[in-house]
Amino acid sequence: MRYSIQTSTRFSRVSLALAVAMVFMLALLPAYASRGLLQDMFFILTMLTLAQFWNLLAGYGGLLSIGQQAFVGVGGYAMFALVILHGWDPLAAVAVAGCAALLVSIPMGFFSFRLHGAYFAIGTWVLAEVLRLLVAQFKALGGGTGTSLPRAATRNLWGADWVKEVFDVKSAAARDILAYWLALALAAAAIAGIYYLLRSKQGLALSAVRDNAEVARSVGVNAHRLKWQIFLASAFGTGITGALIYLQKARISPDAAFSVTDWTAYIIFIVVIGGIGTIEGPILGVLVFYLLQSLLADYGSWYLLSLGVAGITVMLFAPRGLWGLISDRTGVQCFPIRRLLVQHSNKTGENSVRNHH
Amino acid sequence: MNYLDTVVQGVLLGGLYALFAAGLSLVFGIMRLVNLAHGDLIVLAAYLLLITASVLGLSPFVAAAAVAPLMFGIGWLLQRHVLGRTLGADILPPLLVTFGLSIALQNALLQGFSADSRRLNSGALATASIDLGPVSVGVLPLLTFASAIVVIIALNQLFYRTELGRAFRATSDDADTARLMGIQPQRIFSGATAIAMLVVTIAALYLGTRANFDPSIGPARLIYAFEAVIIGGLGSLWGTLAGGITIGLAQTIGAAINPEWQILSGHIAFLLVLLLKPRGLFPRAFD
Repeated sequence: MRYSIQTSTRFSRVSLALAVAMVFMLALLPAYASRGLLQDMFFILTMLTLAQFWNLLAGYGGLLSIGQQAFVGVGGYAMFALVILHGWDPLAAVAVAGCAALLVSIPMGFFSFRLHGAYFAIGTWVLAEVLRLLVAQFKALGGGTGTSLPRAATRNLWGADWVKEVFDVKSAAARDILAYWLALALAAAAIAGIYYLLRSKQGLALSAVRDNAEVARSVGVNAHRLKWQIFLASAFGTGITGALIYLQKARISPDAAFSVTDWTAYIIFIVVIGGIGTIEGPILGVLVFYLLQSLLADYGSWYLLSLGVAGITVMLFAPRGLWGLISDRTGVQCFPIRRLLVQHSNKTGENSVRNHH
Repeated sequence: MNYLDTVVQGVLLGGLYALFAAGLSLVFGIMRLVNLAHGDLIVLAAYLLLITASVLGLSPFVAAAAVAPLMFGIGWLLQRHVLGRTLGADILPPLLVTFGLSIALQNALLQGFSADSRRLNSGALATASIDLGPVSVGVLPLLTFASAIVVIIALNQLFYRTELGRAFRATSDDADTARLMGIQPQRIFSGATAIAMLVVTIAALYLGTRANFDPSIGPARLIYAFEAVIIGGLGSLWGTLAGGITIGLAQTIGAAINPEWQILSGHIAFLLVLLLKPRGLFPRAFD
């Protein structure tokens, strides 16, 4: 008898190939799609990336953050500062903005990790508020009212000339195409990176901590260090995404960039409705979220009211979200992270799966 | 700047924050549940007071007598049918459900009452003040502070002097063993949330009579309450009052230096305490 450990199934290999093909097809979208569709896709992809990073924290790390807006805001403002005060190209500034969010997350983590369990959540929220109030004091970037990116900077983005020539569009549309590509690359990289992490040894340790912290510690898992690592990774990814969002918006203010509704509440609903603790959940959730928004956006507060009620209903009656319902019925997993112990019987050549874990 | 006046105002403001925090602290102490909708429930109670007072033509202080049992019932039902289902080893479900509740409540209030600022009309009381030698103190802030002290004494008496309080403490220590002794934890939890809603009604009364309110201000009240609880140390209601006073003082002193710094100074005081005394000034519980 021989045993081996498998982390993929035939279905997951097919879906991985489909996912790669899908990314390539989406990359070609600017050749066909209208500007409005590209902007909608940009919105979907950036919300998806934010949702994946929040899900990494809450769904896998058990760290419920209500302060994701801190990283979106710091990312956006760092990009604006580099462009306006130092004359950087906005695309270069987007990459560095992620590092700014990473830097800010170190003191943030230092304070929030002093608070345990549920109080961690409100702690991150307080820190995001502190950052909002501090940024509003920063007069060079417009203080409390905010500021806009200079038109010269957004018109001459790196690669904009090439895009203008190839797709025969004006500079505003070229900026949308570049932002869309970056959003696509970022979403794909976030999903691939998180998928890779969860299938690695660290991922196994992370789910061990989530399932039983004491037992995990007894087999040598350093839960504290793991939590720090995903906190920092999530800050970096959220910061870059925030910078990209504000590159596309080209206008920033403290209240918008540090909005708990836009950058944390929506994200929480996307993940909870789609299915917390899975990679598929946020993907499904962001599509549901986009549909709801298209249908209900004109009804103002009814929209958020129904999102809140939907979130409560899902948590009470289907805590693993829509993807959990689908997965339970069909057994399908596009991005499996479980390890399957497969028994190879020498004589018959039949394989049988022994254990799920 | 009149230093003494600033300090007195800050201390009295702390009474309001202690009232915000007492309900949060009570619920956390008994069932380890952090209710992220706590601030929005205070705002909801303020709107209920506003309706009752204006429809029946009553003073908000009289209206509170009618709203309190209503909030008590809301608390009981909320715990029984929503929050109770989420309690368990995993901390995410109660947080996510109460966060959803917070967003839903804010927007329901926005739909029902619009974003306009409202205020509870307390008549002559709103402007009345008492001259205390060097400082003149508003009657409303003084009443708020006195109410905070009365609420804390009442809750402490309830906890440590009554059979119900003993059941509260037993369930808090070990719900399973308490069940063996004939206590029904679910009823205890519903009772605790219902009592917290009575405190929320009192907090709403002073929130609404002292300043304007609108549907969006709930989360900020939750944050002040949370800061007061953490500064005071988990499990101590007098500590929570000290925490509220710390935030109130920091805010009034900050505002006296620069009006833009009012809220920020409160948060910074909180972060300083977290840095120097991570378990709060008067810690009692481990959690």
